[in-house]
Amino acid sequence: MTGTAVDLIWLAPALALLGFVLNGALALARPALKTAVSIIGVGVLLGAFAIGIAVFRSFVGLHTDAPVVFQYWSWIPVGSLQVNVGFQVDQLSTVMLLVVTGVGSLIHIFSVGYMKEDPGYARYFAYLNLFVFFMLLLVLGSSFPVMFVGWEGVGLCSYLLIGFWFSDKVNADAGRKAFIMNRIGDFGFMVAMLMIFWSTGSLDFGTVFAHAPTAFVAGGGAITAITLFLFLGCTGKSAQIPLYTWLPDAMAGPTPVSALIHAATMVTAGVYLVARCNLLFAMAPVSGAAVAGVGALTALFAATIALKQWDIKRVLAYSTISQLGYMFVAVGTGGGAMSAGIFHLATHAFFKALLFLGSGSVIFAMHRAYHASHSHEDAQDMRNMGGLARSMPWTTTLMWIATLAIAGVPPLSGFFSKDEILAAAFARGTTQPVWLVFWGLGLATALLTAFYMTRLMLYTFHGPNRTGEEERPHLSEAPWIMTTPLLVLGLLSLGGGLLNVPELYRGNAWLHHWLEPIGRASAALIPETHLASNTEWILVGIAVAAAAIGIVGAWRLLNLETLVPARSAPPERGFARVLRNKWYVDEIYDALIVRPLVWLSREVLWKRIDQQVIDGALVNGAARGTRAVGWANRWLQTGQVGIYVAVFLVGVLLLLWRAMS
Amino acid sequence: MLLSPALAISAVLFTLGVAGVLLRRNAIVIFMCVELMLNAVNLTFVALAQPLGIGGQVFVFFVMAVAAAEAAVGLAIILAVYRHKQSVGLQNMNLLRD
Repeated sequence: MTGTAVDLIWLAPALALLGFVLNGALALARPALKTAVSIIGVGVLLGAFAIGIAVFRSFVGLHTDAPVVFQYWSWIPVGSLQVNVGFQVDQLSTVMLLVVTGVGSLIHIFSVGYMKEDPGYARYFAYLNLFVFFMLLLVLGSSFPVMFVGWEGVGLCSYLLIGFWFSDKVNADAGRKAFIMNRIGDFGFMVAMLMIFWSTGSLDFGTVFAHAPTAFVAGGGAITAITLFLFLGCTGKSAQIPLYTWLPDAMAGPTPVSALIHAATMVTAGVYLVARCNLLFAMAPVSGAAVAGVGALTALFAATIALKQWDIKRVLAYSTISQLGYMFVAVGTGGGAMSAGIFHLATHAFFKALLFLGSGSVIFAMHRAYHASHSHEDAQDMRNMGGLARSMPWTTTLMWIATLAIAGVPPLSGFFSKDEILAAAFARGTTQPVWLVFWGLGLATALLTAFYMTRLMLYTFHGPNRTGEEERPHLSEAPWIMTTPLLVLGLLSLGGGLLNVPELYRGNAWLHHWLEPIGRASAALIPETHLASNTEWILVGIAVAAAAIGIVGAWRLLNLETLVPARSAPPERGFARVLRNKWYVDEIYDALIVRPLVWLSREVLWKRIDQQVIDGALVNGAARGTRAVGWANRWLQTGQVGIYVAVFLVGVLLLLWRAMS
Repeated sequence: MLLSPALAISAVLFTLGVAGVLLRRNAIVIFMCVELMLNAVNLTFVALAQPLGIGGQVFVFFVMAVAAAEAAVGLAIILAVYRHKQSVGLQNMNLLRD
């Protein structure tokens, strides 16, 4: 207890949970009370955000480097395993707290407009509140198990919200896919937890990190295995190679969900985990390189796929995977770069939430237009859009801001964060050349990012309109309750870079210094490499040039006049087709893993083992055996009482004889 | 003293009772044979109470009380069987068989 507002930290998740309970009750009892649902759903989030700010301000006022840990009650007291339900307030968790509740509040407000007509309105807000509760548990938990509960909980909410419109089988399948892919990653998390307990005898962050330097040999097998298993968990939750395929399918959920869960918060949980365990990763250089390498590969791989997608949300989904790759490059590099990863996490939350909500506003408009003409065209296909800037000026402007931010155009937020990651990778590359490869991949990704985002903007908002003669008059800007959050996010995307203006531009690198206590123990293990400011300027120049080439390239190469609506579009040919089909990764997974597994389950486990061995030999076999024995001995049962008495008598005499002798 | 003859008589009575239960078909006769066995045991109790203490005699009263209750229930069952089957021969009663 500190006697300040920091003590109120429990209120933030408690409010979200309260919102879930109330909205859940309303969803069951009075789903028509949409006003009450909106007030509760948005109110608890704004309350949580206010608490987040208060906690943050008091924590700054404490001027402490050590985390403030609250232990509430004993949860799993088993022998030497003592797990308490506790929250940890420190530099990292307060940043996450503010991002989750802040961006979450804006997305909740947007949802009020977006989901207004939906019959499942109350259920939607109940799930959304529950998600925020689990997300706060994840970022505030003071031990691995508490974090794991949040980790699983957000997975559950993600599943529920992807399959929100579950009456459509595609959506339900997408939810299931997300759940199963995440389970594979969670297995890694659990194994890592067990191994951590095995070596350090505790699961509390504080104890584990304090014991880690003595419990593990730096670079040894145990720590490498632990960190790699942790990272397996991250690849599931944060959609990295090889477990990323669920995220594009997760776009089946409502668009604000994609913004909140599948762009701004939940998918960054893996980045948070690596940042939280930065000491462990710093002690295992192989794992650090693996994290950065997988991140860099994923960044480029997903960016290539995004080049040829037509569904506006899928472009953004692959873009999210790609940007998450950047964050992993940063946290995998470790040391000072860890703060760059968290910085990119925050700015990405701003501009990607803005992009998703903007696309939501576009889809909303397209839906209304198609609804008015009773058409069944695809409202998310960019080939059906075009020229929307004329009817949606606000959305267009704000999405352009986000596009320039994600592309890394100075001085928008994405420029600073992405540039810092690339510079950190390059700096590490001066001593370990493999990082130069990661830097190169990151740079190529930056170019592709600028290209596909400009492509998205041009196809959606510019050129001739392809929606249809009848629908065109119905296209219009979304209501104010949807554009206001966009405006706020737009301002954040514009100015988010101020959080961490590097010293190169005479900034004070606030976030970097703020997060320093978190990475202090690990920074000693990683050689700090300082680049000369000339080199830094050259790197900035190269990164900006990549972004500029991407944007201008898209502008020059794409011909908006010849694009035709989706229904009359010819199929792609050649390499474009490979990209359009996402490198056939889903098909490869299907052939290599899903089909053999289904075959094994169906033909062997079900038809042989279950039906023949268990049902046939064991269950029916036992019954048949009993019946055979009964049939063989039925002559003993005459029904004559006299004979029973005689047998009884013989038995008694035998017993007496036994007792005598 | 009289202990050995008393025990011998009760053994004979008990064996007669068992034989009757085993061999006779009439439910009422079987019932009487059961009573005979009970009373054979009573005789043993009384006889053994002489050297071993008063407990055996007390127990006899319990046995008689139980026997009286059993007689009431048993006769009622036999009566019910007779009404149902018009016979008290046990050879006709093999419903348990199938």
